[in-house]
Order: sequence, then C-alpha cells, then structure tokens
Amino acid sequence: MFLRLATLIIKELQTLLQDKQSRVILIMPVVLQLALFPFAATLEVTNNTLAVFNEDSGKEALELVQRFSQAQAFTELIPLYSEAEVRDVLDNQQALIVVRFPADFSRNVAAGRAARIQALLDGRRSNSGQIALGYVQQILQAYIGERLNDKQQVALSNLIIRNQFNPNLDYVRHIVPGLVAIITTISTLIVTALSVAREREQGTFDQLLASPLTPGMVMVGKAIPAMLVAMVQATIILLAGIFIYRIPFAGSFGLLYASMTFYILALAGFGLLISSVCATQQQAFLGVFSFVMPAILLSGFVAPVENMPTWLQYLDWLNPLRHFMIIVKGVFLKDMGLSAILQNLWPLLVIAAGTLGVANWMFRRRLE
Amino acid sequence: MSDALVTIESVQKIFTDSKKPALDGISATIQPGRITGLVGPDGAGKTTLIRLMAGLLAPTSGKIRVDGLDPIHDAAKLRESIGYMPQKFGLYEDLSVQENLELHADLRNVVGEERSATFKRLLDFTDLARFTSRLAGKLSGGMKQKLGLACALLGQPRLLLLDEPGVGVDPISRRELWKMVQELIDQGITVVWSTAYLDEAELCRDVLLMNEGKLVFYGKPSDMTSRIRERSFQIRQISGSRRQLLARVLRSHEVMDGVIQGHNVRLVLRAGAAHPNLHDINAGNQAELMPVAPRFEDAFIEALGGGPGGESALAQRLRPVTGETNTAVEAVDLTKKFGDFAATDHVNFTVKHGEIFGLLGPNGAGKSTTFRMMCGLLTPTSGTARVMGIDLKTSASQARQKLGYMAQKFSLYGSLTVKQNLKFFSGVYGLRGEQQKLVVNEMIEVFKLQPFLDTAPNTLALGFKQRLALACAVMHEPRILFLDEPTSGVDPITRREFWTHINGVVEKGVTVMVTTHFMDEAEYCDRIALVFRGRIIAAGTPDQLKDQASTPQHPDPSMEDAFIALVQAQSNEAGS
Repeated sequence: MFLRLATLIIKELQTLLQDKQSRVILIMPVVLQLALFPFAATLEVTNNTLAVFNEDSGKEALELVQRFSQAQAFTELIPLYSEAEVRDVLDNQQALIVVRFPADFSRNVAAGRAARIQALLDGRRSNSGQIALGYVQQILQAYIGERLNDKQQVALSNLIIRNQFNPNLDYVRHIVPGLVAIITTISTLIVTALSVAREREQGTFDQLLASPLTPGMVMVGKAIPAMLVAMVQATIILLAGIFIYRIPFAGSFGLLYASMTFYILALAGFGLLISSVCATQQQAFLGVFSFVMPAILLSGFVAPVENMPTWLQYLDWLNPLRHFMIIVKGVFLKDMGLSAILQNLWPLLVIAAGTLGVANWMFRRRLE
Repeated sequence: MSDALVTIESVQKIFTDSKKPALDGISATIQPGRITGLVGPDGAGKTTLIRLMAGLLAPTSGKIRVDGLDPIHDAAKLRESIGYMPQKFGLYEDLSVQENLELHADLRNVVGEERSATFKRLLDFTDLARFTSRLAGKLSGGMKQKLGLACALLGQPRLLLLDEPGVGVDPISRRELWKMVQELIDQGITVVWSTAYLDEAELCRDVLLMNEGKLVFYGKPSDMTSRIRERSFQIRQISGSRRQLLARVLRSHEVMDGVIQGHNVRLVLRAGAAHPNLHDINAGNQAELMPVAPRFEDAFIEALGGGPGGESALAQRLRPVTGETNTAVEAVDLTKKFGDFAATDHVNFTVKHGEIFGLLGPNGAGKSTTFRMMCGLLTPTSGTARVMGIDLKTSASQARQKLGYMAQKFSLYGSLTVKQNLKFFSGVYGLRGEQQKLVVNEMIEVFKLQPFLDTAPNTLALGFKQRLALACAVMHEPRILFLDEPTSGVDPITRREFWTHINGVVEKGVTVMVTTHFMDEAEYCDRIALVFRGRIIAAGTPDQLKDQASTPQHPDPSMEDAFIALVQAQSNEAGS
C-alpha cells in the first residue's frame, strides 16, 4: 500500500519535472512574480509630477515650494505661470497634482491670518491623487508645526503615527508574504487539477482506475506531489524575501510550514474537485482560473476583508487563501502565536476535510 | 501514362519535428476515372500523401501534379477540381445536415438554381433527405461519412480525395459507401480512397500500398495477390488445440505466415515450398489441407518479409494459471443508459476460464461501454458485471490485482520514458525490489524494448507502443486480460505478433476478453458476441456464426458477410 503510493508520487514528480515545458510552467511564475511584484504592485506613490502655480512671490510660499520639490513622492516639479497652464498640465496628464498659492498667501501667513492654498488633482487617477494629496498635506503639517515651534507656541494636539511591524510602511513587506501564499495556491491547483485532467485526456486515468489503486490512493498520489512542489516554491520565495528583500522573519518556521501543509490540503481538495468535473485540461484550466481570481481578490491581499459587505465576508470564509493570508503575514512579520494561528487554522481544516471528502465522493461517482 | 490525373515523382516529406521521413521517395500516378486505394497501416504516410495532393502541404522534395497543376502554386484553381474529405470528421457537429451543406455550398460558391438542384441530387444520392434537420454530431458513423462525402461533392470535383472514409463505419454502411463511390466512378469522377483495412484494397482498381513512408507496391491488387496464388491453404478438421497447432506449424520453414480462422488454421507457404505434412505437425487424423483464395493481406506480409513466427516469448515466461473453476467473466442483464440512449442494452454473456472471448461490432455499437463496465470503470444503470464472481465496482483492489487492462487508444505516460513506464506500472501492481527488476528486465527482453528505454513512448512507432502497452498490462501476471481494440491501425506483422502472444498466454490458462471492429480478427476468438446498437445480436464460435449466414449461393461467408446477414435478419425480425 505504502510502496504503491510511493510509486504514484515518484511518477507524478517525474512527469512534472522531466518535461521541460512543465518545468518552465512551475518555475517561471515564481521568478517573474518575485522579480516584478514587489516593485510593480506597490501602493506607494512615487515618481510623480507636481506642478506649482505660484502667484505669490513671498518667502513663505517659496519655502513650501522648495519643500515640495524635496519630497520623495515628487521627482519633478513644473512651475506654472498662468491659469490656462494649470488646466493644460492636468488635461495632458503632465502633472498628477497642481498646488496653487494665491497672491496674498505669504502676506497672510506672515500676519498670522488664515492663509489659503489650493490643490487641484487629476480625477482620472483618483487613488494616486488622494495619496499625493496626503503627502502634500504632510508637508504642510510639518511646515505649520515648525512655524509654531519657532514662535514658541505648542499645537493643541499633535498626532504622531508609528506603524508597528512595518514601521516604514514598506510595501515589499506586504507583498512578499502574500506572494508565498499566492504561489502555493497557483501551483497546488495546477498540479492537482490539470494533472488529473491530463490523465483523463490521455486515457491513463482509466489505466490507473483499472489497477489495484483505489480512487482515494490516486487522490493522495496527486495531493502529495502538489504539496512537495508548492512547498519548495514557497521556500524559494521565503528565502528571497529574507535574503534579497531583507524582510526580517519574525515567527516560527515550524508553525508556518505546519499551517502551510493544511492550507495545501484544503487547496488540493479544491483542485481535485475541479478536476473531478472536468474532462479536458482546457476545462480544468478555466476551472482553476475562475477559482484563483476571486480567491486572490477576496483574500485580503488586495483589499481588506473587513471592507466587504457582510454576506460576502461570510461567503469568503470558504476561501482558504483568506485564512492562510492572515497566518503567513502574521508569522512572517509579527511572530504570530500558536493560539492566534489556530484561530485561522481550524477553518482550513474544515475546508480541507470538506473539499477532499466531496472530491473523493465525486471521483467514485464520476465512474458512472 | 501521360494522361494520368495525378503524377507523383519521387516525393519526399520530412516534418521538422521528426527524423524519419513521413514519405520517402514515392513515385506513382493516379489514373482518371478509377478508384485508387491508398492502403497501409497507421503511420504509413497515407494522410500526408493526400494532403500533398490537396495542396495543404508542400513536399520537402519531389514533384506533384494534379490535373496538370501544381497543388501549392495553383491552389485556387485546383480547389475547383478536387473534393477533399478529411479523416477527422470535417463537419460542424453543432450544425444540422442542411446547415453543413449550405456552409460548404457557400464556401464553394454554389448558389441559386444550381444550389437547390445540387442539394437535391446529393441528398438523394446519400439518402440523407430524411435527416436534413438533424445535428451532424447526432448522426451515426456511417451517416456522418455520407454527409462528409456529400459536402466534398458539392463543387462537382473531378478528383475526390477520401481519407479513411471507412473508419468508424459499420460494415453495412461501409458497403453502401463503396456502392456510392462506384456510382461516382461511373460518372467519370476519379476517387482516391485511403484505408487501413487491407481487405478494402481488393475492391480498388489500383493500389498504392504503403508502409512507414515507403511505397511497398503500386499496381492492380490482383497482381499483388497473384504472387501468393496456390500458396494459401486452410487446415481443417483439426483435433486438439488449434492454437498449439499454429505455433507448431509456424516453426516449419515452409510456412511463411499463419493465422487462426475459427476452428481452422490458415497458412501461406513460402514460394516453391512443399506442402507441410499434416501428420508431422500432429494436426489429427481427420485433418485436411484445403487450398483457399489468396488475400491481399497475405501478400503484404510477404512483401514485408514474412510473418513473425509463432513463438511467444511472453507466454514461455508466464506461470500457468491453475485451479480456476468458476466463470471468469459474467454479464447479467447489463444495461447502461446515457439519457434516453441505451449504449448497452440488456447484455448477457459468460466467459469461461482460459478462453478468448471477443466482443465484435462496429464503432459506436456499445462494445467499449460494455467493456468499461466489466472492468469497473463505469457503473451499470442496471444489471451486474462480475469478474471472477466479484463486482469490480464495489470491490476492491485485490480483484483488480488479477486483471490486466489495455485501453483502446495508447494510454501510457507520454512524458515518462519507456523504462519509467514499466517501473511505474509494475510498482502500481505491487511488484518491488529484486522481483520488480527481474520482471521489468524480462519484459524489455521479450518485447525487444532495449533500444528505446530512455525514449518517450509517444515517439515510438505504433507497433512498439503496442508492445509496451501489452508489457505494462501483463507484468503482474494477470488471470484475466481485458484488451480494448488492441490492434486498431497496426501493421499486419505487429498484429500477428500480438495475437501470437495472446494465443500463448491463453494456452497458459489466462482468460482474454477482447473487443475489436476487425471482422477477421474475431476469428482468433474461441467465442464471440456480435454487438450492434447496444445489443448482442448473436453469440457463439466464429464458425457457428459463419454457418448461420451460409447460404447455398454463398457457402463460405466471411465474418463480415456473417455480420451483415445477422444484422439484416435482426432488423427483418424487428420489422415484421
């Protein structure tokens, strides 16, 4: 029994690794995502252009313009000289944001009166615009704070924000642990769902079912190789995160890999479930795709789960990636403890038991 | 020969991804107003040659002229004079018969008055007028081919290229197709008919016999068969095992080739060889040697250098199966419905231990469905399938341990090497360690797989694929072998070799259940069941079935004649 299973697993790994094409399919996404995601998928706004229409020639306005030009968020600063240019520069997307100082700005500041400043944003890029506006406001706040200090006055209250676990709000720290979860998701599903479908297409599945192997053994024989492959990929990303992207690994490797095992089991259940209703690789691929897309979107990786409507949050409970995303980030960045992990682990156990059970039942039923 | 419709001059075609040429120095002509057969096993190059003639491929070297035109350069002009029916059903399954015809008529620019007249003529000709609204995908194999033929005939071609029109068609429809083609010939159309069935070669006026890209013979089929005239015999009234007799007879040098035909053994002697002495080969006291008509297939075997001999190295290594008393395989009221359609309809049969039992019938008759239920791959709608007294569906792996299964199309792991496949399948059946090594090495030796151990099975020639598949099915010494269309498309030598192994293992006590649509292959079986439209219309020994169809006018019918007669008798009964 054990040796037969070993035979199945060896066969599966041979099929996966011997074929150049399938090797590429397994390795390329890891390399590409690792190389591109941390840079491309950042939520920071950098390298943007700020335009300034300064109708004021006072010292205070100049000081602020200089501070804007020093900010990391804005690599380029376009000086504007007319109302028409303001419109042009926004219409042509030359600048993300335009800051306009009215002629009486410096005078009002010097006199201690309320001074006004206008910011115009490119509404087509509303998200980046909002964030850029945030930077502008930060610079203004800092400037105001300093001026108050100079006058020996203390602001009534001052909010100082420190971000725990990711003090510099470095997005790589958000992306890389997420990648660990996403890559394991994709490869587990591909290995389980597509390989069963390929066996169906090539007729080898019948050959297996006619042998003394039971459907359950065939399933285990698909799940374990998927687990091995996914874990190797996850390890690659983990190591790259630690050594290349220099993200401190805060938690316990043991706990991470133990939870990953259950996560992959839950996924293998979905993969086998997809494969049990698909006759061809093409169908299986579509099935995997229509599972992976919502699973990632609703995982909390892209947008917080708490922002979703309540009914969707309940439905999302079935999404194993949602639970694992919390664990992987928690263990990686926060040294999440066992009890906190267990809170997110038991849903994975329930999902794994459910999907694997149904998949096993479907495999027997498919024979009809 | 200058008035030939097609001239082929030393044509070679090499596909970039393979080392061996698909066509290797073919020279021939196709004469107008005749039917020319393109005959050979799968992989012979038939389809490639047809596609070259149709201008769908360019030759690597050599020259082809069709109707005086270059098929590639003058493609547009050539299209008007040829009709091409591809091997894979070239019609849209989700369109109706009428819509398919209209589509092809649009493509060929057949419009207006001419269109309606042509449709009427073709629908009458193909007898499809009753089915115009039916979806093409829902037609039977024979009707699909007729529709394909109608579509190919739309532009009134002078040359009709038919790529394996006989595949997937029951014998009755096949005969109808031949009749239709004959009518086309009478109208002056030139027909090229490609086929893997060697018996169809004898129906052609000219034959291009091909094997592995080479032209083996070109000329009249009777010229080919006359080479072995007066060298074909049957040994009749055999006492004792005819399988053992065949093995003995094939050992003698005079015999070039031999097969089993029901209770008899058919022999082809070498040129100039003396008749074998029936007493020496121990055929029994009543045995007699009767001359029979030569067949095209026998001549092909000779052209390929003679049969493979009668010894099965596989059987020699097998331990005899003993101590089996009960029925090996049993189907009781076995029924499988897909929706309203009964693919298998109340089928009953039993297979005794140590016999070859065949399910014989055209594609789509329900053989494979029945077969898959017997192996536990499909659950019956009602009735039971038992193997060694056990229902394979409910019970488990111990029973399957005693089975060997060879699927219809080649189904081993293409991405593993030959050796890895052998290791995998032996491992799955619980062989390990030294024993596994021993068995794998035996298989490599028996099936001569040594040169291919590290190659992927997908790149092997069909014959070797077949050997490998058989090796994987028998490594664990099964008591019952299930073989689904095991020799479909292979060359006759490989087929003989395959049956030599089967005969050998049956002599060791293994039970074999086999499906086939080759009527003549059924002759190897001890008993056969004729399957037609999901039901068994007759069962018995091959000779019994042939006797049922024998008439005073036609005293010695072939298996195919018997099949047609039995189907017709059946439908007459249903009609009255």
